[in-house]
Order: sequence, then C-alpha cells, then structure tokens
Amino acid sequence: MRIARAHVLVGVDEEARLAGVDRVLSAFREAIRNAGLEGEVQVVETGTLGVSGRGVVLVVYPEGVYYAGVTPEDVPVIVEEHLLKGRPVERLRLPAAVPQTEPRQVLGRQVRVVLRNCGVIDPEEIEEYIAAGGYEALGKALTEMSPDEVIEEIKRSGLRGRGGAGFPTGVKWEAVRRASGQEKYVICNADEGEPGTFKDRLILEGDPHKLIEGMIIAGYAVGARKGYVYIRGEYQLSIARMQKAISQAREYGLLGDDILGSGFSFDLEVRPGAGAYVCGEETSLIESLEGKRGWPRIRPPYPVTCGLWGKPTVVNNVETLANVPEILRQGADWYRTLGTPTCPGTKVYTLLGHVRYPGLVEVEMGTPLRTLVYELGGGVPEGRTLKAVLVGGAAGAFLSPQDLDVRMDFDSLREMAAALGSGAVLVMDESACIVDMLASVLRFFRHESCGQCTPCRAGTDALVRLIEAVRRGEGDGRTLGLMTEIVETMRLASLCPLGQSVALPVTTALTHFRDEFEAHLAGEPCPRCHKLERALR
Amino acid sequence: MEKLEIVRRFPRKRDQLLAILHELQRANPRNYLTGEDLRLVAEYLDLPLSAVHDAVTFYSMFSLVPRGKHIIRLCDSPPCHLAGAWSLLSALKEELGIDVGQTTEDGLFTLELTSCLGVCGVAPAMMIDDEVYGNLTPERLKEILARYREEG
Repeated sequence: MRIARAHVLVGVDEEARLAGVDRVLSAFREAIRNAGLEGEVQVVETGTLGVSGRGVVLVVYPEGVYYAGVTPEDVPVIVEEHLLKGRPVERLRLPAAVPQTEPRQVLGRQVRVVLRNCGVIDPEEIEEYIAAGGYEALGKALTEMSPDEVIEEIKRSGLRGRGGAGFPTGVKWEAVRRASGQEKYVICNADEGEPGTFKDRLILEGDPHKLIEGMIIAGYAVGARKGYVYIRGEYQLSIARMQKAISQAREYGLLGDDILGSGFSFDLEVRPGAGAYVCGEETSLIESLEGKRGWPRIRPPYPVTCGLWGKPTVVNNVETLANVPEILRQGADWYRTLGTPTCPGTKVYTLLGHVRYPGLVEVEMGTPLRTLVYELGGGVPEGRTLKAVLVGGAAGAFLSPQDLDVRMDFDSLREMAAALGSGAVLVMDESACIVDMLASVLRFFRHESCGQCTPCRAGTDALVRLIEAVRRGEGDGRTLGLMTEIVETMRLASLCPLGQSVALPVTTALTHFRDEFEAHLAGEPCPRCHKLERALR
Repeated sequence: MEKLEIVRRFPRKRDQLLAILHELQRANPRNYLTGEDLRLVAEYLDLPLSAVHDAVTFYSMFSLVPRGKHIIRLCDSPPCHLAGAWSLLSALKEELGIDVGQTTEDGLFTLELTSCLGVCGVAPAMMIDDEVYGNLTPERLKEILARYREEG
C-alpha cells in the first residue's frame, strides 16, 4: 500500500455488491475529492471483513473503526466527521459485541491464518499480496527446498484436508509424488456447494493469490506442471477474480515457464462448473473437468494414482491450499502451536441462522461449539432459546444444546458420530421445526443425487416421501424405523459420499429430537409446518 | 455464424465443454441450448452428439427448452428455508402466475429452484440472471420484479 494518513477498507464481496457497494465506493471517491483529501486518504477495495448480513461494511484505519450498513448518503458524513474532523460517526458504528477482525492479530478468539489477508489487501492487486509476505513461501520452496522437503514439512505440520474428510494433505501429496508417470495434475476443488457454506467463495474473492501460491507449491511438491481451479458456475465474481489473479501471476513470472529461475514450470487454468452438488466429490469433479457428466467413479483406483485423464492427481479444497503458504513461511512447528495435536491449525466457519452476528470466523481447531455460537455468534437473539445446531451443512449433524461443549475438530466430532464437514454452523432457535428442517435437507439430497447408483437415487426419493408423510401426520409406527433402515442401506451401498452421508442428518435428528418426530406422527399441530403447508398449497 | 465465432474462441479440447456451453447459452436471448448448438459443439470437439447431450442434461444450469429472458433461481436449501424461503416461493408463484420450471406468458421470467447460492449471510436469497438478491421479503420481491418488468 502507498503511504497515506488514513485508509478506508471497504469489504467487496457478493453480499456487499448486492447492498450497493459500488455506489458507496464512488460516493467515497467523490467526497474525498471534494474535501481535498486526495493523497491523504486512500480507499481500498478488499475482500470480506467477516461481518455478514449488515450491508456495506468498511473499516477506517489507523483507528480501526468499523462501520456497517453504510449507504451512499452516509459517505459525506463519514468523510466530513471522521476523516476530516477525527470524530467517528457513532450511529453507523458496528456494535462493539460484533467480532471485529483486527488484521494479523488475535482478537477475541479468532486466529487468522487462512483469512489473514481477507479484508486487508486489495485482492485485485498482486503487489499488495506480495507486500503482505505473499509468494515468500513459494520462493523459499523453489530455492531452498527439494520437493521431498516440502512434502515432509507439510506432513510435519499435520495439515488435514478442509473439504470435510480430514485426510492428511502431506500423505496425499507424497502418494502423487511416488505414483508412476511423468504427467501429473493439481486440482483445486472450489465447487463449494454444501448448503450454508461460503468460506471458499470468500477466500477466492478476498485473497486469490494465496490459493495460487498454494497450488504452485503443491505442483512443485508432487511434480505436476499443470493445475486447474474448478469453480462452481454460480460464483461469477470468484471466477473473474481468479482469472485476473492468474494473469497477474503470469505477468510476474510466478506462473509459466522457469518460475523464479528455478527451472520449475507450472501453469493454472480456471474451469467453471454448471450446477451439480455432486461435483464437489473429487472423482465427479474430475469427470466434469474432463467435459463429461459429473458421475462419481468407482474407487479404487484413487485420484492419487489415476485421476485427471487417468494421471496421478492431487485434489485439494480451497481452504486446505490456502493454509500451505503460511505453513512454509512460518514453519510446521509454528503451525502445530495452533489447534489440537491431531488437528493442528485453524478452521474457517460460516455462522448462520438464528445468531445475532452471522458471518465468517476463523478459530483454532478444537474450539468448543459453545464458543462459536455464543462468543462469536453472540448467541440466539434476545428472548429466544437455542434448540439445535446443524453442523457441517446438509451432510451434517443435528446437535442439541447438550452437545455444545464438543470441540470442533475432525476427531472430537467423529467420536460423537458427527462430522466437521465444510464448516457450516446453522443455529436454530425454538421457532424452527426439526422435522421441517430435515425435510428441507432431504429435498436437497433428492435434487442433488446424481442418479448413478440405486441406493442413493431411490433412497433419497423414498426419504422425502416418508418425511413429508411425517410432517403431515400421515406416517405410522413403522415410518421412522424405515427411514433409519434406508439411510443405513445408503451408507453401506452408495457409490460416493453423497449417498453415504445422508445417514448423518437423519440419524442425528432422529436421536436428538425424537419427540418432535413422534409428536408430528401423533398428529399434534406444529405451527411451523401448518403455516408452510398453507403457503405452498 | 456468430455461434461459430463463440465456439472458436476456445481450444479444441474436451475439457472446454462446459465453458463453451455456458457461452453459447448466454448468447441465446431465450437462455437455452438448441439442437444446432449441441451439434456444433460436438463437431468442434470431435465428440459424438450423444456425449454432448449426456453432459448438457446432467447440469442444472443448462436448458434444452426455451426459457424466459430472465431466470429467477430461488434458493431453497436449509439455511434459506429456515429464513422463510418457502413464503417467497408462494409469493413468487402468485406474482408470476407460474409454477417452478415454467416460463411466464410474456416470456420475461422463468422460475427455478436452486441449491445453496453461498450467500447464506443474507438468507433468504435468489439470483436473477447473474445478480444476487438477499434479505428477501415478499414486499421486496415485488419491487425487484417490477424493476425487471419496467426494463423489459
């Protein structure tokens, strides 16, 4: 960044765009010009500031004052009062209780590794990424480390895949490195489709170069010369930002032939998806990337030996790859000081639903769910009571308030038959009906089942019929048992994790909230379901 | 001829299939892929027509039947559902006089449901073409639709 007396960092993401951030930005430029503050105050477009549901959010430095819900009409006031006279505009300030993410510092319980630059730098300027320490890790890897040493460092860091499965990243890389064949590939899975998850979108939009750097390092480690970023078709801004970042990296010689004079060559391309949740599954994604329908492959062989065009392929999630540069820059020992011994590092969550402060947070692995919901999310709105938390998206687990002390990491959640999944945390107060929410989850799966294998194709359809019957009070004594049987069959016999994972929301909902299902079956009126039936009739 | 130009911007590699189809569909004012489009792509990429058809019919963003000028995609995934997306669905159906998957008589709108759009912070949400709208209420919905109707 150039030297200026003050900086106005404006969060520009999909949410801000729909709240009219473009008009706010031009109002700022005009007001600053009118006040004669050009050269003194710099307006910077940055990625998300981690505050959701509050319109245009911006922060004024050096004071670090956050404003939310800013309209073009508010801008002259901010410029006049705050930037000219040094008096923050109280009425626009974000309440102090909202977790504000002071860059590069630990604030409250947030620890920013992956999101370190999000909301701090302009994602469309490679110079800002470089000024913030970007591409340092790449330089270190290419000049000081052998590919085996890079893999060793990642293995030592204990980094595990953030797409949901938690597989050790270094082990995956090593398998691809050792696989026979000259032609290898790196794929970034940016087909983020898990309901309630938008962390990858905000990384793509807020810090695309971090992802590029992670991918080049992965390519160097495994011996690939080509990588693909597969981004879901609906994420237009992400696709545009990524493409721009790739061409900037090419101009700087960070992508292409003989990167940094090391003799290593690597290039990247973006491929759009076209609307299919199943393509988040790695073998479906590969099929889709090859220009086919996204049907999962039968495994083994796994992509590490037989992936894209039958060649050894690393497929890593956006958040996983975004961890890589920091691990190399600061070392595996530093990384292991964060999180738990078996799940080091941080995790990015999207906090949603009936919480006071929805948004994106990054905390250490192993942080209790209670901290997420109450300290960072501010708890349920006043006068309401917490009923349930759906952790991990549609393919996640319904947890009850008694489960709030569970530590959020791969192993602790697995122990209680739940899963960390994609990091979506959907909070529900007493106004939610679990039967209704499970029906929504099951409709989602019926729509997204790819139809290739019978257990999933037929199972998701049968489950929707059964849950709708429960909701209408038309089921009988066998309905819930039948649902359990179907999801168990799907868990055992489905081809891919889509069908296998439906068991998780169904069994957890039936275990923790059984009375609610039985009440519906007994014909007790449910205000939520009643309203819904009427509306949809 | 114009279509051929679109297709020719891409390398002749099968992995470009989805990207080419997106561009062809975008260029069609009725937002769909014609039989001619599919044959053109098949020939260009040296694929059997059945392989192109196979892919097109799999992805929810492609259509083989004419759609409205504007495509409304209402999210009905759990976070939006929790925030009341179902009340918007009935409002949309009523306002447009069509069911999901149908197109209005004037050819202006097609109503579709979509899985999570990744803007859950402002649930309930929908997309009209490439624009995202969040924090929706039945009243806001009417305002938004009126704007599109004005613009035609």
